[in-house]
Amino acid sequence: MTKILNHPISRRAVLGAGVASASLLAMPSILRAQDKSIKIGVYGGYFKKSFDEHIFPEFTKATGIAVESVAEPTGEAWLVQLEQAAKAGQAPADLSMMSQTSMLKGQSTELWAPLDLAKIKNSSNLLDHFVNKYPDGRVAGIGAVAWYITLVTNTNVFATAPDSWAAFWDPANADKLGLLALASNSFLLEVTATTFMGGTKALDTEEGIQKALEKLAEVKPNVRLWYRDEAQFEQALKSGEIPMGQYYHDVTGLAAAEGQPVRSTFPKEGGIQDSGSWVLSRASKKTEEAHAFIDHMCQPAVQSLMSRKVGTAPTVKRELLDLTPEQFAGVSSDIPPILPRYDLYTTKADWINQKWTELIVG
Amino acid sequence: MKREAPKSLADYSPLFFPGLMLIVFFVVPFSTMIAVSFFQRDPSGFYTPDFVFDNYARFLSLFFAKVLGFSLMLAVTVAICCVVIAFPFTYLLTKRPRKVQTIWLVCLLSVLSLSEVIIGFAWSTLFTRTAGITNLFVAIGLMKEPVALTPSFWAVLTGMVYQALPYTILVLYPALVRLDPTLLEAARTLGASPVRAFMNVVVPALRNTIVATLIMVFVFALGSYLLPQILGRPSHWTLSVLITDQAIYQSNMPFAAAMAVFLVLMSLALVGLTLLVGRRENAL
Repeated sequence: MTKILNHPISRRAVLGAGVASASLLAMPSILRAQDKSIKIGVYGGYFKKSFDEHIFPEFTKATGIAVESVAEPTGEAWLVQLEQAAKAGQAPADLSMMSQTSMLKGQSTELWAPLDLAKIKNSSNLLDHFVNKYPDGRVAGIGAVAWYITLVTNTNVFATAPDSWAAFWDPANADKLGLLALASNSFLLEVTATTFMGGTKALDTEEGIQKALEKLAEVKPNVRLWYRDEAQFEQALKSGEIPMGQYYHDVTGLAAAEGQPVRSTFPKEGGIQDSGSWVLSRASKKTEEAHAFIDHMCQPAVQSLMSRKVGTAPTVKRELLDLTPEQFAGVSSDIPPILPRYDLYTTKADWINQKWTELIVG
Repeated sequence: MKREAPKSLADYSPLFFPGLMLIVFFVVPFSTMIAVSFFQRDPSGFYTPDFVFDNYARFLSLFFAKVLGFSLMLAVTVAICCVVIAFPFTYLLTKRPRKVQTIWLVCLLSVLSLSEVIIGFAWSTLFTRTAGITNLFVAIGLMKEPVALTPSFWAVLTGMVYQALPYTILVLYPALVRLDPTLLEAARTLGASPVRAFMNVVVPALRNTIVATLIMVFVFALGSYLLPQILGRPSHWTLSVLITDQAIYQSNMPFAAAMAVFLVLMSLALVGLTLLVGRRENAL
């Protein structure tokens, strides 16, 4: 979901934001007037629009802190921009929502300012794995939202929904699939390991990964499109041009609600759960405001609001939420999810990337 | 009038501005890229300044050789297709009345205003099974049922030729307009058919222009990274696609820089070779 419509913001926009923030800081009078404000980066497009409409105004009403939202591109690209800006002492956004792989990469260069849980009382509501920590125990990020990547089909072409990821390997589906093009955002290695190798533990060794890649190579004849740009696949799925694939559960749900002939299915092996975390750039001077915002976002009521309005899965414990079973089913599932092996994409990043590229291009 | 060799510093002054621009917009960025290509990559983060050959070593493999080979082949094919289509077209265009020419050129210029993204998505829609041109062929009885023409090599080639054609025509146009019409008249008087006169007189007379155009389109096509992604399968991805992948999605700047340096060197070598061959033939 993160990346829906997140047309990367242009370099010019980033530079512009940098200049604007610099000039803002250079004018103390204006700075004083806007004492309580914070710049928050969220994925551009539909995601940012939902946040601007439903989430940020509530926060400003509750705390008096003005929010300036910044459209950020896909995690990896935003990470590079934040890092370069931080080296120059600039923060294009104080807080950003970051995908897990980028979050870990930022940790290695200490890009994220450590957060103080004592100032984030509501963090106790979170599920444990949504608190990101540095190896030495400092808190690097706090889970913002979670989302699922599931098995999606066009209802005109597939009368009944497939119930397993194994459908990707079915020879009957030759040239019918649309899959994400990168190892680190499609998580297909994890899917392969869970479906055929008894779980993602099979990826612990390079031999295991190699085996998963070999199994995955059997899918290639079925794949029509390896997409980077979500819009490309979404359109083809709606028209039935590419009737099956992997896609974001929430966006597919929205399209179905608009009457499009698409459906999202949680396979019996589980949907892929990915999430975004709030992280604070080390170049930011808005530490207090950032803590206040994260604390606000960890309230069960706000998490429920996001599930209803933005369509994301909550990061706080289920029992604290006031979501009806139907609402919960709309954004999540009781089937245990496939959790991506984020560690692989930092420790073995280049090796996996090389093997992956050879797999799909070769 | 005899042109005197520049003597004082002031005589060289007209060169300062272009020189400065060349330094700011070419030498500095390109040097930075070369420097980065020798930096040490940190897989879990970014990179650290260093002097290592790892990035080049990784590139020297059969896999990347094949991708590079494909990229060069694609760019050459696009260049040849463009010139083969554009040259006769532009020639015929120059024979039209001035007003007609202007209208055509304005239309061609308007194609240039389309971004690569729009061109890519437009062609990918035209080539689909559900909404594409094959439905038209079915309607007029040329085909039995609609088929998907994308993703395929031909789809990539079509998109890229479409994108480069206006440039090709605009580069060829001035040379063809200035072509001395008496050359052709002489050929016709001596009994050559129009086609023969075109092939034996016009084409050789403009050989240098044609070579220059080929090189320009080749370089232009070599940098294309969006159309191969939108219209092709992964096996049709060019080296530029992989460079983008490394730079943006893997945050592996050193490797991306090394690949880019390699691509620039290869294209410079090919351009040099073309010019060398051309000069030798001219000397004969």
